Amino acid sequence: MSVPKPSFNPTGRRPFLIRLGAALLGFLSLLIAPLAGLFVVTDPLRRSPSAGHRVKIGALALFGEKDPPRRVPILAARQNAWTRDKEARLGAVYIQRTGPDTVRALSVVCPHAGCYVDFDVEQDRYLCPCHHSYFGLQGQVVSDRSPSPRGLDELEVEIDGNSEIWVVFQQFRSGIKEKVPLG
Amino acid sequence: MKRLVDWVDARTDLRRAINVALFEPIPGGARWRHAWGSLLVFVFFLQVVTGFVLWTAYSPSTITAWESSYYLQKELGGGWLIRGLHHFSAQAFMVVLGLHIAQMIVFRAYRAPGEIGFWAALLLLPVGMALSVTGWMLPYDQNGFWAARVPLNLLAITPGVGASLRELALGGADASHLTLTRFLALHAGLLPATVLVLLVLHRRSRWRQIRRVSTGEIGRASYWPDQVLRNALLWVVLVVGLVGLVWTLGGAPLGAPADPSATYSAARPEWFFLFLYQFLKLFPGGTEVWGAVVIPGLVLTWLILAPFIGKTRGGQRANVIVLGLLAVGMLILTIFAWREDARDTQFQMAKAAAKAQSERILTLVDAAGGIPPAGALSLLQADPLTQGPRLFAQNCSGCHRYQGLNGLGQPVEEGASAPDLYQFAGRAWLTGLLTPSEVDSPHYFGGTAFAKGKMVRFVKRDVAEFNEEQAEQLRRVILAVSAEADLPWQKEIDAQDEAMIIAGRELIADETMQCVDCHKFHEHDYEPSAPDFTGYGSREWLTAFIQDPAHERFYGKRNDRMPQFGLEQWITPEAMGLIVDWLRGDYVPQPDRD
Repeated sequence: MSVPKPSFNPTGRRPFLIRLGAALLGFLSLLIAPLAGLFVVTDPLRRSPSAGHRVKIGALALFGEKDPPRRVPILAARQNAWTRDKEARLGAVYIQRTGPDTVRALSVVCPHAGCYVDFDVEQDRYLCPCHHSYFGLQGQVVSDRSPSPRGLDELEVEIDGNSEIWVVFQQFRSGIKEKVPLG
Repeated sequence: MKRLVDWVDARTDLRRAINVALFEPIPGGARWRHAWGSLLVFVFFLQVVTGFVLWTAYSPSTITAWESSYYLQKELGGGWLIRGLHHFSAQAFMVVLGLHIAQMIVFRAYRAPGEIGFWAALLLLPVGMALSVTGWMLPYDQNGFWAARVPLNLLAITPGVGASLRELALGGADASHLTLTRFLALHAGLLPATVLVLLVLHRRSRWRQIRRVSTGEIGRASYWPDQVLRNALLWVVLVVGLVGLVWTLGGAPLGAPADPSATYSAARPEWFFLFLYQFLKLFPGGTEVWGAVVIPGLVLTWLILAPFIGKTRGGQRANVIVLGLLAVGMLILTIFAWREDARDTQFQMAKAAAKAQSERILTLVDAAGGIPPAGALSLLQADPLTQGPRLFAQNCSGCHRYQGLNGLGQPVEEGASAPDLYQFAGRAWLTGLLTPSEVDSPHYFGGTAFAKGKMVRFVKRDVAEFNEEQAEQLRRVILAVSAEADLPWQKEIDAQDEAMIIAGRELIADETMQCVDCHKFHEHDYEPSAPDFTGYGSREWLTAFIQDPAHERFYGKRNDRMPQFGLEQWITPEAMGLIVDWLRGDYVPQPDRD
């Protein structure tokens, strides 16, 4: 059987255009769906970071000046994708009275890998149950062996006219030295 | 039949492919060590089948994920078996993969032309890990939720893109419905498809290699049936072992539904991740990028280069030695992780609490006759036994105690400045209150402004002098007051002692016992100066008390430091109800399973 002779010159201008066209059209048509998909999937990255929720904790008088820090759950409205939770459980904070009109609020989230720390009443320090980071009452890292890159994140506190404690609840990026709010 | 096969063959050339695959003699004959690769494919097959079945009943959202997993585990016939098989064969996949990679190094199967097959197996490691992490999250129980948090946050410390990757995986800054829909799409779609491609690459490369290696002896053994027999024997051992494991353990564990605001200190990764977890503890603040990214990256780089290192002089030996060191290191780290946890009393307590929670939710679902549309978490949030201790510790334990502790079973440093409320208004509690040596102890009024009050004086002066008849009368009065509380756990003895209770009521009303000098009891004319006995300790009474202890029905102006919790809106009515019900023991009882 004889091989048919190519009917066109493979080095000519037309074959170049054909190759270019085939490659370009093929590539472009393959590109459309993945690009559109990528746009949808990366939507969360384009949302503007929230400034934090101002959440009421409770009356100042509930926290004695000598009391150890107490963990308080944070309930606030939250948009959970397609549902609106009026009282979502967003997380928790540690509240400690530090003076007649002052309160310290620390995030319960360990800045190492995001576990929730416990307060050890006997040792007067916070302990992360995951990788054993230790923090003092001000949230500072206290042991050389603590893997956490920074102390517990302090949250903004306001005490209003009725002597009620309000906290600006926010989460921060874990694993880094700097305190960067999460979007 | 043959005509049909011919017809298909003429159009697909399948017969030739099958002949090559199954009937050509294998150089070197059938080998047990050739069966490991097929075992990997077999475990993947198990995963695909069981995973698909799970998928038919799973619903990804934060209010249906746990709920549908519960349905799978408890209601669907055989669901627990499929779920258990999926859970344990996932672990088997990682084990078989690890051993297979080690085997390829030891038996030099990574050398040309086996490099691509080796790399495909290596790539399966991170893909398998990603499948694990996404898989933990899907049932959306406490352990999975918290265990998946750590690798996700570690992902975020990858320099540059880390934070965006984490946000992409979660579908936002924090876990939401989107986290579960995305994890499911990865876990049931993209990742298994990647595994399939890698397995095909791996098998093709191994195939090519086994055919090429000439060991001199060309046996008559062919893939079918000689090698397949060995493969199948291994498969049977594995699948029987897995089913046995699932059967004895009752399937995969399902903890309490995930609650981002609750304490959960018992999270640990799967056992085959423990070495990495322990490894991370070695890196102090700010250096964990070394433990989480750099060193694992270096190990992976060495593994990728291993085929080339193996070609050099002494390279094979070096590879085997490094592999051995890695294996020993992993083993030691795993043992350390186990030992540390076994000695850590706080972790053991957290684990026991987690187990209690996972049993509690089952009781609550049973008692409610099913899960409400708001999800299983709503049952836990409305459960006095679950929330009462937390709310008590949070709002009451500054002054009050519960069995001497803060409600959650933890000690409190400061002395109590208000009564211990364990079994408040129960017979034993009231009897203690009316015992001269106890009434002004910290357990009752010792820490309060009433330590020198009329009640203490009455008990220490008058009750101490009671003769036998009066003591017997006092006993009836105690029964009568305690019966006012209508405590669920005292119902039976209250009914038994009805006659004595009626007698006690009369003793109160006819002023024999001086109670009504200060306390009001049902209809009575005197101006009361102490808390009302009518309905003392009942749900209504306690709720009203916490609402406003300074109400004239209770302490009035004499109220010590107790805040007007309800009046000042310091706690919600729901929280108040939960505390009251918990103190009164008014909740679905939790059966002991020991």
